[in-house]
Amino acid sequence: MLSQRNIERRSTLALKLDLDQKLIDLCRNYTADIADDVEDKIAKNTTTSVERTVLRLLGVDGVDEHGIPLSNVIVEKVQKEEELNRGISYWFGNALLQTKLSVQKLAQAVAKDEVGLFKLPKASNEEVYDYLLKLARAKADEIKDNVKIRKEMKKEHPPGPKPWLYVIVATGNIYEDVKQAKAAAREGADIIAVIRSTAQSLLDYVPYGPTTEGFGGTYATQANFKIMREALDEVIKEEGHYVQLVNYCSGLAMPEIAAMGAIERLDMMLNDAMYGILFRDINMKRTFVDQHFSRMINAYAGVIINTGEDNYLTTADAVKEAHTVLASQFINEELGLRTGLSKEQLGLGHAFEINPEIEDSFLMELAQAQMVRQIFPDSPLKYMPPTKYMNGDIFRGHLMDGMFNMASIMTNQSIQLLGMLTEAIHTPFLQDRALSIENAKHVFNSARNISDEIQFKPDGKIQKRANQVLEETAEILKDIADKGLMKSLSEGIFADIKRPMDGGKGSDGVIKKSPDYFNPFIDIFAEELDLDAR
Amino acid sequence: MLDKDNMIKAYGDTYNDGKIQLSFTLPVQKGVEAEEAARVYCAKMGLKEVEVVDMKDLREGFTFFVVYAIADVFVNLDKINVAKIETEEMSYYEINDYIKEKIGKPLTVVGACTGSDAHTVGLDAILNMKGYAGEYGLERYPQFNTYNMGSQVPNEKLIEKAVKEKTDAILVSQVVTQKNVHIKNLTEFVEILEAEGLRDDFILVLGGPRISHELALELGFDAGFGSGTKPNQVASYIAQKVYQNINNK
Repeated sequence: MLSQRNIERRSTLALKLDLDQKLIDLCRNYTADIADDVEDKIAKNTTTSVERTVLRLLGVDGVDEHGIPLSNVIVEKVQKEEELNRGISYWFGNALLQTKLSVQKLAQAVAKDEVGLFKLPKASNEEVYDYLLKLARAKADEIKDNVKIRKEMKKEHPPGPKPWLYVIVATGNIYEDVKQAKAAAREGADIIAVIRSTAQSLLDYVPYGPTTEGFGGTYATQANFKIMREALDEVIKEEGHYVQLVNYCSGLAMPEIAAMGAIERLDMMLNDAMYGILFRDINMKRTFVDQHFSRMINAYAGVIINTGEDNYLTTADAVKEAHTVLASQFINEELGLRTGLSKEQLGLGHAFEINPEIEDSFLMELAQAQMVRQIFPDSPLKYMPPTKYMNGDIFRGHLMDGMFNMASIMTNQSIQLLGMLTEAIHTPFLQDRALSIENAKHVFNSARNISDEIQFKPDGKIQKRANQVLEETAEILKDIADKGLMKSLSEGIFADIKRPMDGGKGSDGVIKKSPDYFNPFIDIFAEELDLDAR
Repeated sequence: MLDKDNMIKAYGDTYNDGKIQLSFTLPVQKGVEAEEAARVYCAKMGLKEVEVVDMKDLREGFTFFVVYAIADVFVNLDKINVAKIETEEMSYYEINDYIKEKIGKPLTVVGACTGSDAHTVGLDAILNMKGYAGEYGLERYPQFNTYNMGSQVPNEKLIEKAVKEKTDAILVSQVVTQKNVHIKNLTEFVEILEAEGLRDDFILVLGGPRISHELALELGFDAGFGSGTKPNQVASYIAQKVYQNINNK
């Protein structure tokens, strides 16, 4: 049921841009077909990363003597015997049942070959399932406790008004990141994202422990998550305003990172349905299976996901390809809702990337931003700053960021990734971040309620532009629905990037499930999220 | 005789007044001591009449300063010497005609973001059909066969491809330069080529926002292109360089 407040908000929104509601509904129909087809193609599969995630959720932690995570070591052993199609849950659960060891002790023993998973007596599927379900439930309850803690902290120390100020730290050293994050949070940042080291998305495992070396970012490790969470909790209590922590739930270890985030109480995760396929050349099936489970975890853990449509515009033209952003938002929305994410957890992405030399480029930016605001009224949109046309002229860059902030407050955006005046030069200095926060605060404060004062002129440039993009979106979604998403991706429908349907990295980690496969976490999450277990 | 006009200083509003602006952060709590620390810091740089015009508390014990000062030193323009790309810039049509008429066969280029670098913005701007800033990318040129290998390509793979396609030029793009990660990777690339005796088989072009022609030469490449480079500039260079190499043989 919609609250009275939501109804009011919608009715005022409806006055802003006169969008064709029938066309919007049509788009959602196409997207449902697209999602049916994707689900059909992935339903029978699991992946090595999903299976590793099960171990992590059960509490397997640590690395072996070569520094390889135990979750990898164990899953690889089962994969080598070609028994992973039954699911790690059976093999590890059976071993727990037979040996009565603790999860961690067993994991260590298996890694050292002190316990052989296939040499033990085999209990029936039902026995193992029942035994493991209890354990899994206890672990899932711990995640639920985190949701409670977050809720209470937010009540006591409420977050600032939207658009939330989102900044990144990227020193490569988690302890240096902490300093920068704390400074930014005290300056007024609402959201801190720890950028990952470049190429972590292609690691088919999660690095271990606190890290102090990274390139263009800091490795996402569970220890690093914990260090940053503790630091931000401290600032939250001192400054009295809630600060959200973000990391990157993408790449070959996507669902494992979702699990780590759930355990360490992260608030947001970048978690796009197609990003890995397009920008990291990761196999399609692998990505779709991984994103599905990772999103279930995020949904259960109350995490807001951020999708990555902004990235399309760094390779494709922002004027010509605007409709692909909206089309992808519809797809991310539908695939997201089907994993149990609520609309309020869908931080759909878009970006301020139109060439600023084009006359009326700001009008087109407004049209796009207002259009997506109206089409996804309950979702916290993630708005990305100019990057493509940032060129080292920091003065021009600071002005462009100011205009980006203006577009955001005029159209009620939600998650504002702040542009840096030194974009295209270096990862942000402490002062760059402070200047960006100052810029956003200045614009947002001086125009806080401007969106209530605006209606767009009927038949004006902004109206026309929005409707044109919406029409093109309906066309392209129809085309994708006809062909199927995977085929469309192979033809380069998004970001001008073509990916072969069976190519890409990580395809060897896709495994067909046997009929007796089970994964207790899928069942627990599905029950809680009111989904059909698959 | 010293030409006085060639001896220059920074210009604020009067010739050779030496006025400059700078901004920086010091790890010190904001206050009068911080302001004095900023002034002393600038004085030690050799700056004169240092004015700290703004000071901002960045929290966690850091302060940001905006400073105006006089840099009382001269630069002699006669003594300036920089490495420049000497080839002439041509248009899309001129380049295609040039290759057709002077070289007589289409040229092949292979491009990649190498090592761990995942940022293809620059590479795509040069190679992709639609190009950048109104200039078509090399894929659009009838006289170029273009292979864009994308991001995170190992050096060995790139070289393998270049050999296989009998490439005229190899384009390497590096965006991430934090802690000089690119230097090691680029050096390794040239070293492999040299070790395999392949260095002279290709024209090596380096690109990226923090890349200069000079740096490229230092690393053993033939040319370097920085931010704002348009595809036709790279294409002009490759076409003319290939022609020069033919004539020098």
